[in-house]
Amino acid sequence: MLTSVWRWLTDGGHWQGETGITHRLLEHLQYSGESLLIAALIALPIGALIGHTGKGKWIIAVANAFRAIPSLGLLFVVAMWFVSRLTGDSAYLVPTIIVLVILAIPPLLAGAYSGVSEVDPAARDAAYGMGMSGRQVLANVEVPCALPLIFSGVRSAALQIIATATIAAAISVGGLGRYLIDGLANSDYAQMAGGAILVTALALLVDGVLAVIQQLTVPGGLRTTSVSRRKQRAAAAAVESAHAA
Amino acid sequence: MKRTLSATALGIAAALALAACGGGSSNPLSTGGGSASGGGVPSGSAKAGTIRVGAANFPESQLIAEIYAAALNAKGIKATTGDPIGAREVYLKALQQGSIDLVPEYAYSLLTFYNPSASQTEPDAVRSALTKKLPSGDIVLDSAPAEDSNTVTVTKETAAKWKLKTIGDLAKHSKEVTFAAPAEFQSREQGLKGLKKKYNLVPKSFRALQGTAIVQALKNDQAQAANIFTTDPSIKADGFVILKDPKHVFGSDNVVPLIRKAKASTKVQTVINAVQAKLTTDKLAAMDKKVQVDHKDASSVAKQFISSNGLG
Repeated sequence: MLTSVWRWLTDGGHWQGETGITHRLLEHLQYSGESLLIAALIALPIGALIGHTGKGKWIIAVANAFRAIPSLGLLFVVAMWFVSRLTGDSAYLVPTIIVLVILAIPPLLAGAYSGVSEVDPAARDAAYGMGMSGRQVLANVEVPCALPLIFSGVRSAALQIIATATIAAAISVGGLGRYLIDGLANSDYAQMAGGAILVTALALLVDGVLAVIQQLTVPGGLRTTSVSRRKQRAAAAAVESAHAA
Repeated sequence: MKRTLSATALGIAAALALAACGGGSSNPLSTGGGSASGGGVPSGSAKAGTIRVGAANFPESQLIAEIYAAALNAKGIKATTGDPIGAREVYLKALQQGSIDLVPEYAYSLLTFYNPSASQTEPDAVRSALTKKLPSGDIVLDSAPAEDSNTVTVTKETAAKWKLKTIGDLAKHSKEVTFAAPAEFQSREQGLKGLKKKYNLVPKSFRALQGTAIVQALKNDQAQAANIFTTDPSIKADGFVILKDPKHVFGSDNVVPLIRKAKASTKVQTVINAVQAKLTTDKLAAMDKKVQVDHKDASSVAKQFISSNGLG
């Protein structure tokens, strides 16, 4: 069983052309990336604003209720509505992206909101005390302090989108889901399992890339990883030894 | 260090679990129709004598399955149906494995599944070729007069614009054609393979859809040609044009019941063959309309057919 899956994955012919793995991977990344971008543009500013002002917390609650919507069912409903209103591929692409955006908004919103609202009040008060305006406090203090939680929202949204984008294949859109749907229809186990492995690998890879970006962008003082702690300790030791000398 | 160790342990545990899952068989999909089909297998496996009627994942197959089950139940033979199972590739495995006993089939489609190069086109020739190709544990009962073939169908507008009569005419426009059909159509002889071989029809792109989504795609021009059954009510309702198939990619698809020999007692055969005798293309198309257009419950449509044809 594992050997047939391995053979499917390593067959060069399976990686080429319109239905090849390379093309399907790119398609999958494209829908996922577009959906994540749109969802972030909607959810992150709203979440940060709710966290900053403390007003409109009900929006978070409503968005969280959206998590209960079954994506596949929503996809069919949205696709049925669009099929007679859009032409060509967009009749299936637009519903896919709408469903993925709706899926990604709750974790993004929650991350931005809790990140901003849980900023240490002392830091916020100090910023106001320095004469910063509300907008400056949000942009220069609260959002940078909230970055770790914002990133955790982005990462969980990205994982969910990549895993769920497979359902787009049910309405004829490309991406890695094709291997699951076509493999099942043709009773081709190696293709199905290979597709599932590829989706998993892609999700982990994207999560890894986002983790690296997080490392590079989050201010050093907020990092909680062992690497940064080790660096801090090393820095402290260096300072001490300099004093001693 | 400790973290690295526990991660390694977790990895090894996961690998072992995977290996354990894979130990039993070379292909999980072939070991059980049950596992491949999710909830699709009819209940009642425990009771001996119960006929479990399976169905493919399109409405007509589910309707005929309901008719068989209703006819058997009316004559005192316990029969059950379940949720639709899937494509032929999947439900035939369920039959082989014994998780279903009886499934409505289509003579030519089934023949080309077992013998992709079959050249028979006439109903009798198809039937006799089919009986020779069946696995030893299965038999087909009488063919019904009802026929429901695969087609290449286009809209009236497309047919007029490109002056289409046959599938060969459509092949000249291959580069402008997006083809809508179920996913399995891509790799079937009665599908893109046969269309390429016999007509050199190689559509620009393929749109894998199911059921009414295929009809919608054709109607709204997301696809310019589609695989729709001859009995599909949409052909009449939307004025679709079925392209002629002079080279017989699609053959004579009379409805035949495929049953496991072990379950085909004389009484079961008599009951099902009586149903087959009454099942005509017109009656089938009328029932398809009731289910697909008027959204009537398939099992009540089936019961009505049984009582109005003196079968129950």
